[in-house]
Amino acid sequence: MKLRSLICICVLLLIGASACRKSQPPVARPTPPTPPPTAGTTPPAPPEPMREPMPPEPLPSDDVAGRSLDDLNRDSPLRPVFFELDSSDVSDASRTTLQANAAVLKKYPSWVITIEGHCDERGTPEYNLALGERRAVSARQYLISLGVDASRLRTVSYGSEFPFDPAHQESAWSRNRRAHFVITAK
Amino acid sequence: MRNPVRIFCITASCMSGLALVTAQNPPAPEAPPPQTEISVTITGEIGAPPHYAIPDFIALTSDKETAEAAKLIAEVLWSDLSFEREYDMIPRDTYKTIDVTSTTATIAFDRWRELGADGVVKGSVRRTGNTFQVEMRLFNVRARGVALGRVYDNVALRNPRAVAHTISDEIHQTQSGLRGVARTKLTFISDRDNERVVDTVETRTGKEVYVADYDGANQMRVTANRRLNVTPSWSPDSRSIAYSSYTRIHPQIIVSNVYQGTRETLTDEKSSAFFPVYSPDGNRIAFMSQRDGNPEIYVMNRDGSGVRRLTNNSAADSTPTWSPTGTQIAFTSDRSGSPQIWVMDADGLNVRRITFGESWADRATWSPAPFNQIAYSARSGPGFDIRIFDVAAGTTTTLTDGVGTNESPAFSPTGRHIAFSSSRLGKVQIFTMGRDGRNLRQVTRSGNNTFPNWSR
Repeated sequence: MKLRSLICICVLLLIGASACRKSQPPVARPTPPTPPPTAGTTPPAPPEPMREPMPPEPLPSDDVAGRSLDDLNRDSPLRPVFFELDSSDVSDASRTTLQANAAVLKKYPSWVITIEGHCDERGTPEYNLALGERRAVSARQYLISLGVDASRLRTVSYGSEFPFDPAHQESAWSRNRRAHFVITAK
Repeated sequence: MRNPVRIFCITASCMSGLALVTAQNPPAPEAPPPQTEISVTITGEIGAPPHYAIPDFIALTSDKETAEAAKLIAEVLWSDLSFEREYDMIPRDTYKTIDVTSTTATIAFDRWRELGADGVVKGSVRRTGNTFQVEMRLFNVRARGVALGRVYDNVALRNPRAVAHTISDEIHQTQSGLRGVARTKLTFISDRDNERVVDTVETRTGKEVYVADYDGANQMRVTANRRLNVTPSWSPDSRSIAYSSYTRIHPQIIVSNVYQGTRETLTDEKSSAFFPVYSPDGNRIAFMSQRDGNPEIYVMNRDGSGVRRLTNNSAADSTPTWSPTGTQIAFTSDRSGSPQIWVMDADGLNVRRITFGESWADRATWSPAPFNQIAYSARSGPGFDIRIFDVAAGTTTTLTDGVGTNESPAFSPTGRHIAFSSSRLGKVQIFTMGRDGRNLRQVTRSGNNTFPNWSR
C-alpha cells in the first residue's frame, strides 16, 4: 500500500514538474517504467529510512541523466539571457538566470555547452555577426566567474540570422537579443 | 559557360573599325559594298547618348526553339545595353513593323532614322544540329553603314541569353570603350528552399549560397548543407566563391569551385571565421575571426596557410574589403564607440577612420578603379541606406531613398553599378542600381536574399 502511494506521488510529481516547465512541443517522453505491482509474491519492501519528503527538485536528476541531447535541448534546463539594444552587458536579470544556469552546469559537470549569441534585425547583418559573438562571450565570462570550467563553454555568433521571434516589433526584438545555450555533449 | 567559339568580322567597315580596338581579327569572309570612312562609333545628338533599337532577331530555321531564341536574344540584349546606361534604348514595341526582312545584310535606314534611331542591332539565329549559329550586325543609321559584325557558332540551345550577354559586352566595349557587366554573376544567400536546419532542435530555416546572372536569370543553388551559410564573395577569376558555413559548431571558411563542383575548407573548426574576401591578385584572403577571443581582421594565403593578424584592439573589427591595388583594407570597427568605417594598410599599420557623420556604418566595399570610392550602409532612421564615400574628395553621397532598409552594398567589377539587399518590398531581396542610385532593378523574388557579391 505504502509503495503504491509512493509511486503515485512520484508520478504526480513528474507530471507536475513537466507541466510546470515552460515546455515547447509536448514531445512524448518515455515514462519511467513502474514496477509491476505483483501483489503477494514479492517480499514486503524494507522499512524505508526516508522519512522527510525530498524538497521539490525542478529536475529529477535521473530524468535529466536519461534524456538524449536533443530531448535536453528541446526542453532545456539552461535558460536564455537577454540583452539591451546594441549592448553585450549582462543585466541584473541575466545574472540571476546565469546563476541558475551555472548551478545546473555544476550539477552536470560532464556537459559541454555552446553559447549562441543572437541579435535583433535592426542592425546590419555583418556587424551583428560580431556583436552576437560579444554577447556569447559576456555570458561565458560571467559563467566562468561563477566557477564553471572555461573548457566546457564554447561561443558562436549567429548574428541576426535566426530570430527567436520573426515579428518586426520591439516585443520580438527584445527576445531576439539573446544568448542561447545548447548542450553539445554530456 | 562562354558560348562564342569562333568570332570574326564580317564586313570591311567593321574590320577597319575593330582594328582601332583589338587588332587581332581573322580575315572577313564576306564584304558588303564598302563604305567610305564609316564612323564605327555611333553617336547621338550632341550631348545626348545615342538611341538604339534592337528588333527581334530573324529566325532562319523554322523550329520553335529558334523562334524563341530569336526573340529572347533581342530582349536580353536590349536589357543588357540599357543596364550600361550609355545608350538610350528605344522601347521594343515601337518598331514591330519596321524592317521585317529576312536578311541582316542591310536595314531600312530611312525608316530607322525616322524613328530616331542612331544604332540598330539586327541579327539572325539558325539552328545547326544541337546548337545555334547567331549572327549580328550593328548598323550606324546616320552613316548608313555597319559598325560591327559578328558570327557566333556553337551557341548552346539551353541558354541563348549567354550569347546576348556576349554581344552586349562587345558592343559596349567597341562603342564606349568600357568593359560591360552582361556576363558577370551575383552570389548571395537565400532561404528560399525553406529547409529546416539539421543538427539542432530549434526550428530554423537553412540559408544557402546561390548564384545568378547579373540580371537575375539562371538562379542556381551552390550549397546544399541545410545549415546557415553567410557572407559569400567571388574570387578574382570569378570561378570560386568563398563563404562562411556553419557546418560544425563554429562557422568555417569554405571555398566552392562552382564550375568544378569541388570545395575546400580553409579554416579549422576550433574558432569562427567570417567575411572572406580575396585580395585583387587572388593570392590572399582577408577575414574576421574570434580565434584570439575577440573579433579581429586576419589575412591568410588562398589555401588557408600563413594566417596573420592585422588588428589588435579590444573593439570588434569586422567586414574587411581590399582597395583596388590590394595595398589597403577598409573595415568596420566600433573602437570609437559605434560601428564606423576605418582604413588600414594591408600590413595592419596606419589605421585611420573615414566615416564621422554616421551613427552606424558597416559593410564597406571598395570600388574598382578608376573610381576611388567606398560604399557602405549607414543608419538613416529606423533602417539603413547605401552611401558612397569618395576617398580623394572626402565627400559622401546617399544612393538609396530611405524606403525599407538598404544594406550590404557590393560593386560591379566595373565600379559603375552596386548590388545591395533591401526590405523595401517586405521580404529582403537583392537589387542593383547605378552608382548614382538610379536605374533600380530587382534581382531576386523568392524567399529572403541577403549578402550579395558581384563577380569580377
